[in-house]
Amino acid sequence: MTARIDARFAKARAEGRAALVTYVMAGDPDPETALAVIRALPAAGADIIEVGLPFTDPMADGPAIQASGLRALKAGQDTAGTIDLVRRFRDGDAHTPIILMGYFNPIYQYGVERFLADAKAAGVDGLIVVDLPPEEDAELCLPALEAGLAFIRLATPTTDDKRLPAVLANTAGFVYYVSITGITGAATPDFGKVASAVERIKRHTDLPVVVGFGVKTGAHAAAIAQGADGVVVGTALVSALERSLVDGAAGPGTVEAVTGLVGELAAGVRSVAKG
Amino acid sequence: MTAPQKPNSFRNGPDETGHFGMFGGRFVAETLMPNILELEAAYEAAKADPEFERELRSYATHYVGRPSPLYYAERLTEHVRETAGAGQGAKIYLKRDELNHTGAHKVNNVLGQILLARRMGKKRIIAETGAGQHGVATATLCARFGLECIVYMGAVDVERQKPNVFRMEMLGATVVPCQSGSKTLKDAMNEALRDWVTNVETTFYCIGTVAGPHPYPAMVRDFQCVIGEEVRWQMQEAEGRGPDSLIAAIGGGSNAIGLFHPFLDDENVEIYGVEAAGRGIDTGEHAASITGGKPGVLHGNRTYLLMDGDGQITEAHSISAGLDYPGIGPEHSWLADVGRVTYTSATDKEALDAFQLMSKLEGIIPALEPSHAIAKAVEIAAGKPRDHIMVINLCGRGDKDIFTVAEHLRGGL
Repeated sequence: MTARIDARFAKARAEGRAALVTYVMAGDPDPETALAVIRALPAAGADIIEVGLPFTDPMADGPAIQASGLRALKAGQDTAGTIDLVRRFRDGDAHTPIILMGYFNPIYQYGVERFLADAKAAGVDGLIVVDLPPEEDAELCLPALEAGLAFIRLATPTTDDKRLPAVLANTAGFVYYVSITGITGAATPDFGKVASAVERIKRHTDLPVVVGFGVKTGAHAAAIAQGADGVVVGTALVSALERSLVDGAAGPGTVEAVTGLVGELAAGVRSVAKG
Repeated sequence: MTAPQKPNSFRNGPDETGHFGMFGGRFVAETLMPNILELEAAYEAAKADPEFERELRSYATHYVGRPSPLYYAERLTEHVRETAGAGQGAKIYLKRDELNHTGAHKVNNVLGQILLARRMGKKRIIAETGAGQHGVATATLCARFGLECIVYMGAVDVERQKPNVFRMEMLGATVVPCQSGSKTLKDAMNEALRDWVTNVETTFYCIGTVAGPHPYPAMVRDFQCVIGEEVRWQMQEAEGRGPDSLIAAIGGGSNAIGLFHPFLDDENVEIYGVEAAGRGIDTGEHAASITGGKPGVLHGNRTYLLMDGDGQITEAHSISAGLDYPGIGPEHSWLADVGRVTYTSATDKEALDAFQLMSKLEGIIPALEPSHAIAKAVEIAAGKPRDHIMVINLCGRGDKDIFTVAEHLRGGL
């Protein structure tokens, strides 16, 4: 089920480094440009790609990702279109894991069974659904595992040792540690605290632990890569894309704006040798 | 969807996981989950503590001004009877929660939550507000207890509810206008949730209606049930018996559930919830989630929502800022599905007419929110016999709405 994800972490480990996980929004600023961006990510240094499912009310996201989702929706992106985007990416790349990340309602309206079947067929490897804590596992997590898709859970600074086992129970692929209490793209985390939190989570699981929220530069990525198995960058890439737009539409440098930053982040991750 | 099974009692919900049938639940980010569980435990402990009950009752009496009167609306009743058929025209009572301190039912819930926040040692209070009534009530109680208060309010609502913005500021609260999305109540709730997820250790989120993740829908309902509980004994005193029907406006649905819940198992009591039909359900510009929406997940719970085919939340419309929300409390969704409560809707125009009718006939200027209930009450009452007793929840006063109403009636004050 998690073959592509496992292989990627194994490859990074073999290369003595952490993995770089990049997030971009499906359909931002338009479906074709988003596909071009996603296709360019692996060569730029991304090991795993998170594709955002646009939603009108992303309660855990900051203004950058919120605006990104609204641009995508305005450009006509919907859940079916996002699954199609993955299918087209997968045609040219059999190895880079694709994780869909978003909120439950669009999936719920698409129909859970149908969504899982279509996503699996398109080559999706896993799901991150922000508003489904373990308490709501019956909604999507358990059906996803049954359908052969990893359900990747967020652990946060408020997830204490008592709660961690519940959070990790049905998690597959990797664990996503949210470095701050807050929304995406807000504060820069305290790297020391993050390192000890990663250590704490690793005491409870053998899964790779990746860290995201607030990682903006190659130096941040390097700092996180010291302890974590992977570094997630989202808002910084979405913001770079936004800055490249001309009158709200894709500009001549849109793809390069994203890949350029991914290159810097990949260099940051690769600057830290891991045993 | 198959029809849900009728329960033995309509008053037992939610179950321990926070569900009313398929509705409710806890659809929140992991960061908030430990806090929500802590809140649930704190609320359960408070409920079991007679001292909490005593404190709540004491402030409700001396600070809020409860009980609010149950008033026989004689002239409104006469008006209905003039147009009704022979022997028809129900006797209409008003539950006057607009006379509460701060001018609406909202304070009942805020008082409970703020006393709970104090027990939990939380010193920073956040709230979302639409019409501003919940924001004012929260700012008021925070002033009373010396707590920091931040109120999130859609930029559109800040504009159309200026008196309440000023009121909140006078009370020492910080009002944060939200510029995202439709710039109304739903966006204010998004921003409040973002604040909470960021300041989770220090902050108590005082939700203004019977929505959000469990335990909020049940907790807010419990604090609002004082409305229906008073109606029960007040009607006994006034008429020697209980009411035959209850009617209330519904945005999130807290005033309505407060009136309805104590009577849900009184089989003979007809219960009506009135949603905001805005410019008309068929125009798509409305805020009637049950009448014009379908089940979905937003703001921590599964409930009826306004959305497009892709599950994207659509903008609600109502002349009343307090009803301008694309969802409804999950318990109402369940009560609609099991058929215990009849949900109907009133347009902006009908609400404006009822606003004027109540003002002229009874000398009571209602808020635009209960004006929706008044509009439908007058219709329903006309079809009932004269010995039928109906209670309208007059959940807020209209001072805050005079600018909006003047704008519609004569292009401004």
